[in-house]
Amino acid sequence: MTNELTAGKAFGALVDIPRCIGCESCSVACKLYNGLDWEEERKRLTAADRAAEPNKGLWPEDWTSIAQYNPEKDGVRTIRFVKSQCFHCDEPACASACFSKAFQKLPQGPVIYDQSLCVGCRYCMLACPFDIIKYEWDKAIPACRKCQMCAPRVAEGEAPACVAVCPTGALFFGEKEEVLAEAKKRIAAGDYIDHIYGEQEAGGTGWLYISDIPFAEMRFRTDVTTRSLPSYTESYMGATPLVGIGWAAVLAGLYVYNNKGKDHLD
Amino acid sequence: METARRRWTFKMTPVRGLFLLIALIALAIVLVRLVLGLGATTNLNDQWPWGFWISFDVLIGVALAGGGYGIALIVYVLRRDGFYPIARSAMLTSLLGYVIVVLGLLIEVGQWFNFYQPFISWGHHSVLFEVFWCISMYTLIQVLEFCEIATEKIFRGAHGLLKAIMPVLLVIGITLPTLHQSSLGGLYYEMIGKLDALWWSPLLPPFFLLSSFLVGPAMIVLETALSARVTKHVVPLPVLRGLVRISAVALLIYFIAKIGDLLVAGELGGAFAGTFASNMFLLELGLGCLVPLLLFFGGACAKRGGLILYGICVVAGVVMNRFNVVMTGMGEYLNRAGGQYFPSWTEFVVSAGLVCIACLIYLFIVENFNIVGEPGHGEEQSRQEGKFVTD
Repeated sequence: MTNELTAGKAFGALVDIPRCIGCESCSVACKLYNGLDWEEERKRLTAADRAAEPNKGLWPEDWTSIAQYNPEKDGVRTIRFVKSQCFHCDEPACASACFSKAFQKLPQGPVIYDQSLCVGCRYCMLACPFDIIKYEWDKAIPACRKCQMCAPRVAEGEAPACVAVCPTGALFFGEKEEVLAEAKKRIAAGDYIDHIYGEQEAGGTGWLYISDIPFAEMRFRTDVTTRSLPSYTESYMGATPLVGIGWAAVLAGLYVYNNKGKDHLD
Repeated sequence: METARRRWTFKMTPVRGLFLLIALIALAIVLVRLVLGLGATTNLNDQWPWGFWISFDVLIGVALAGGGYGIALIVYVLRRDGFYPIARSAMLTSLLGYVIVVLGLLIEVGQWFNFYQPFISWGHHSVLFEVFWCISMYTLIQVLEFCEIATEKIFRGAHGLLKAIMPVLLVIGITLPTLHQSSLGGLYYEMIGKLDALWWSPLLPPFFLLSSFLVGPAMIVLETALSARVTKHVVPLPVLRGLVRISAVALLIYFIAKIGDLLVAGELGGAFAGTFASNMFLLELGLGCLVPLLLFFGGACAKRGGLILYGICVVAGVVMNRFNVVMTGMGEYLNRAGGQYFPSWTEFVVSAGLVCIACLIYLFIVENFNIVGEPGHGEEQSRQEGKFVTD
C-alpha cells in the first residue's frame, strides 16, 4: 500500500469530545465500509448501555463505538459521548508482542492485523494498553478483531470511514502534525482541559482526544505509561542472542573442563 | 538379558485406569474445543484472554520441568556425579512436562494449525518469540536426549551417533531453558501498570529463572518419592539431601532478592494491604519461601519426611507464584470495569487430563527403559560406587 500522494506521510485523527452529539454515524459507516455484522443482541444497546460494558461497546463486529457518560460540569449534570476505537499507537504494543508479525504498523499510520499469520495466542490483547483487541471466542477458527483505520482509504490519503461521515467536526483527520496542531488550536480557543490524550500516552498514539471533562471521568486510562511499551522489551530482546551464545560458550567450556580425564556420563 | 530387554510391559492398576479415564474425558473436551471454539470450553473472555490453561499448562508446566535442565547442569556439566542416579528420571520428567506444555499450547491457541508461523514470520521483537523458539527447540533436544536412552533397547544402530552428539545436546539443552524460563517472566514485563506491583518488576526474568531452578530439586524429591512406590527404586537419602541443599541456597537468594526488590520499589507495604492479592502474595512467600527455608535451616531436611515437606512447600510456592502472576496479580486491572473470570470445569479437566497422560507415559517408559535402575554398561558401575560429592 504505497502511494505517491501519501509517501512519507503519517496520518492521525482527533476526537473532539464536546463536539460529539452521539449520532453514531461513525459506527454505521464503520460497519458498512468494513462489512461488519449487525449482531442481534447488540442492536438495541444504547450509548449509555455501552458505557457500562467492560469493553465500552467494542466487540469483534464492533470496531468503533459511542458510549454515553453523564459527568458533572460546573455543578450541572451533563452528557458527553466518547468514541472508542484502536488508538493506532506510534509504537504499538500489540505489534511488538506478536511473535508472528500478525500485527504491523503501516508507515501511513494504521496498525493492521493479518489473520493468516496469527497463531491465536492473544498476547496482543494483554499487551494493548487500551484493551482494544477483541477475540472471536465463539468460532472454531477465531481471529483478533479491531479497527484497521480503514487502511486502504488512508493509503490514498483519504479519511477513515468514521471520520468522513462525522457531521459535527468532532472527528478530524490529517497528517499527524496537522492533527496535533488542530488539537492545540482548539484547546487554546475553547473551553477545554489542557491535555491532549494520546500525545504522551503509551509513547504517543495516532488517535488523539481533547475534552472539557477530566478524562478519568469517562473511563480513560489515566495511569498508562508515557514510555512506549515496545521499548520495555527491546533491550531485553536485543541482548538475548548475545546472552544465549555467551552462556552456551561458558557451559561448553565448563563441560570440557569438568569432563577432562573422566569417562563421559551416559 | 537380551530377551528381557526387548519385552514390553504395562501393568494396569486401578489408579492407572483412573488416569486413563480422566485423559479420555479430557480428549473429548478437546474435541469439543476444536469444533466449537474456546468460548464453549473455557470461561476466557475479552477482559481475560489468558487464564488457567496458560498459567497451569504452560507457565507452571515449564517451571516444574525446570529440574531437567538444573540436573543436567549439575551432573553433566559440573560433574557432581553423586547426583547421577536421578539424572535420567529428572530429565525424563522434564521431557514429559514439556510434552504437556506443547500439547496444552496447541489446545490453548486459537489457530493451532498456524503454530509454525513464528518459524517463518519472525516477530523477533516479541518476548514470546524467544519463548516459542526456545521451548520448541528444547523439546526437540529433550526428545533426542531421550532417544539416546531409548536406543539402548530399540533402533540400537543409532545409539552410537546419539551418544556422540550428547555433549552438544546437553550444552544447548541447558542454554535454551535458561533463556525461556527467564523470558516467561519477561512476558509480564510489558504488563507494567496492569500486573500488581507485588509481582511486577524489571527483575521478573531472573525471578522466574531462579524459581524454576530451585523448584527442580523439590520436584525431584516428590517425584522420586511417588515413583518409588511403583518402581521400588529408592533414591539414597544423601542424594536428595544434597539436591535440597542446592535448592535451599537458591531459595534464600530468591527470597532476599524478592524482599529487596519490593523494598527498593517502595511496594513492600502493599503486601499488608489486606486485599485478596496481597494475602495471596503473603501466602505465596510464606508457604513457598519462609516455611521451607525454616525447615532447611532448622535441620528438618535431614530426614526423608522433612525433605518431602520441603518439596511440597517449594512446589506449592512456585505454583502459587505463576497463578498469581497470570491471574491474581492481573485481577484488579482486568476486573476494574466489571470483567470476571473463574476457570470452567472443562479447563480443569483438560489440564488434569494432560497431567494424567504424562503420568501414564512416564510409567510406561520407566517400566520399559533403563531410567531409574543401575546403568546397564559395566563402566558405569564404578561411578555408582564413587564417592558422593556435593560441594
